[in-house]
Amino acid sequence: MIALRHVTKRFGDRVALDDISLTVEPGRTHVLLGSSGSGKSTILRIVLGLLRPDGGDVSIDTDGAAGLPTRQIGYVVQEGALYPHLTAARNVMLPARAAGWTAERQAARLDALATLMELEPDLLRHFPHQLSGGQQQRVSLMRALMLDPPILLLDEPLGALDPITRANLQAQLVRIFGELRKTVVVVTHDVREAFVLGSVITLLSHGRIVQQGTLADLAQRPADPFVSEFLGAQAPPLAMTRDLRR
Amino acid sequence: MVGGAVLVVLLAAGATRAERPALRVGSKSFTESYILAEIVAQIIDETGEARAERRLGLGGTGLTWGALAAGAIDIYPEYSGTIAQAILKEPTLTSLDAMRAGLGARGVIVSAPLGFANTYALAVRRDDSARLGLRAISDLARHPGLRAAFDAGFLERADGWPGLQRHYGLRFADVRTMEHALTYPALAAGRVDVIDVFSTDGQLARLDLVLLADDGHFFPDYTAVLLARREVAAQYPQTWAALERRLGARIDNATMSRLNALADLEHRSFAEAAATFLGRSNAQTPRRRGGEIATLTLEHLQLVAVSLTAAIVLGLPLGILAARRRRVAQAELMGVGVIQTIPALALLSFMIPLFGIGQVPALVALSLYALLPIVRTTHAGISTLDPRLIEMTTVLGLRGWRRLAWIELPLASVTIMAGIKTAAVVTVGTATLAAFIGGGGYGTLIVTGLALNDVRTILAGAIPAAVMALVIHAAFELLDRVVVPRALRSAEAAAR
Repeated sequence: MIALRHVTKRFGDRVALDDISLTVEPGRTHVLLGSSGSGKSTILRIVLGLLRPDGGDVSIDTDGAAGLPTRQIGYVVQEGALYPHLTAARNVMLPARAAGWTAERQAARLDALATLMELEPDLLRHFPHQLSGGQQQRVSLMRALMLDPPILLLDEPLGALDPITRANLQAQLVRIFGELRKTVVVVTHDVREAFVLGSVITLLSHGRIVQQGTLADLAQRPADPFVSEFLGAQAPPLAMTRDLRR
Repeated sequence: MVGGAVLVVLLAAGATRAERPALRVGSKSFTESYILAEIVAQIIDETGEARAERRLGLGGTGLTWGALAAGAIDIYPEYSGTIAQAILKEPTLTSLDAMRAGLGARGVIVSAPLGFANTYALAVRRDDSARLGLRAISDLARHPGLRAAFDAGFLERADGWPGLQRHYGLRFADVRTMEHALTYPALAAGRVDVIDVFSTDGQLARLDLVLLADDGHFFPDYTAVLLARREVAAQYPQTWAALERRLGARIDNATMSRLNALADLEHRSFAEAAATFLGRSNAQTPRRRGGEIATLTLEHLQLVAVSLTAAIVLGLPLGILAARRRRVAQAELMGVGVIQTIPALALLSFMIPLFGIGQVPALVALSLYALLPIVRTTHAGISTLDPRLIEMTTVLGLRGWRRLAWIELPLASVTIMAGIKTAAVVTVGTATLAAFIGGGGYGTLIVTGLALNDVRTILAGAIPAAVMALVIHAAFELLDRVVVPRALRSAEAAAR
């Protein structure tokens, strides 16, 4: 479980997060939705411990034990952040190598992840610049899953991909989240993606939470004209996603 | 048994060598100083109390006197005017006894005058001298239409042209600055009418020139003497006595001028010129060339390899530290930057009191010079890496040396290697200056060539140095293939 209570964060004069409280239940996929600058990525970085909140507190509880956060959290960002000097396989195995796993254990886990992500084993010998954007993101997700962390944080994981690749990967993510039963937080600005991936959605604007709930809650009982406006701007895909969700 | 015998022989050989301790003879880097030092060295070897170790061609007075004062050399030839002005810094001092007292306080003794003075003088062509009645410097005041060419040093020094002009009230139609060695041909060809000379220049013996008398007694006296550390006379009394006896008042201006001409104009080695003076037909002291190139190459390579290695070993951690801490970075980059602004010769001279002369101070100075490009590029290479990639190391659990060795250094390797390559090529060039403090290498030929104004000797040092720079650059390009990760090289190639 991830819980934020009254978290605030300022960058100089700018308020990035203003009194954010939210809870992500274990095994659920929670989407942080909002336009750029709404503070959604900042929330992830605070959960990761990369940023320190100015106020409030953050607790991460996995199976009742609040342990080393970085070993418990997998992280994927837009464009992957793969290391260009390492092959895809070396990138994926990096956290296990740092954790002192044996070579055999690393190789076995790599194979299992390649199967899960439906990535040809041959591609793992390639360097990132030799892979397509979609392949890079799948490798990046494999790296995030390498140590089998209970929590996954994805920051616009599909943001840099073309629409077809994007749709394919969305479907794949939905399947994987269902199989793995991990606690997942996805950041996106794309309403359709939010509805495809998430069971709970938090809509953010200018560092504040506007509304939290399911697709139905947001669409049928908007808390604020902004909610309808934000959803309405992307209305056509919304209609489609209703069918997808069923 | 046999091994034991060999050991005894070796020990005995070592002992005989140890019986003749080394006396280190220094010289400045101009012909006359080289020849006098060679004469001294040959007398030391003949006397047999000690063997001469030659540390010739050190840079100017500052470096050579510094080496004697620091005990890095034992003896070298000097001039009274220089002692008063540059060493004791009492320009009014004229008596040799007063100088003896001043130097004695610093543990240095002065020999009897060698018999000549290498003072500044003005020279004109013999036909002009006869036609215009030029006998003394004061006669020049009557001929303001003459054209003069002076060496840059003479033109600026207080005891050169500025003082001389005031003292005699001189005026010329044209005063230009010219490299000293080139003023002789210019005068001979009638392009100029008056030049400054040193009264023992080799060219004076060959060209038909008239030295004008210093009738107003303006120029300070530059009587040649030997300076030695006090221990030399105490520990090697026969040697010191032999030097005093065989050199005291034995070299007059004409003799010195002739010896200088042997080296400068007839391309004889300094050792040969010295042997001529000592009355020996053929010098058995080996003179360098050909075979020496191999030795010099080795010395030069050693200077570059050792100093570059030291600079890398020191520069990488400094660059990494600077990339980690912004405050430290400011101070550090400024520090290595300041070192870079110190002129190489000045930096070398700072090394003498600390490390004496020879290879060690040269290595220290070269390492310091090579530091800047390495620290700079390491700092820049690491601190400009994509922050998202660095942030990810924290998330993946890469800390400390793992983050550095697995991620940061490989990613910054292209930039860091560029800095190391720059340092390597620059060091090959700078290492030629090591010769000024007896550090060896190709610079030895360049310094000698400059003293002799012999372009071929200069090129014999300069060309191999340039070739070495190219070879080392090529070698480092190959090293890139080992150090820089494959993907980064191809990514770089793709970006091109």
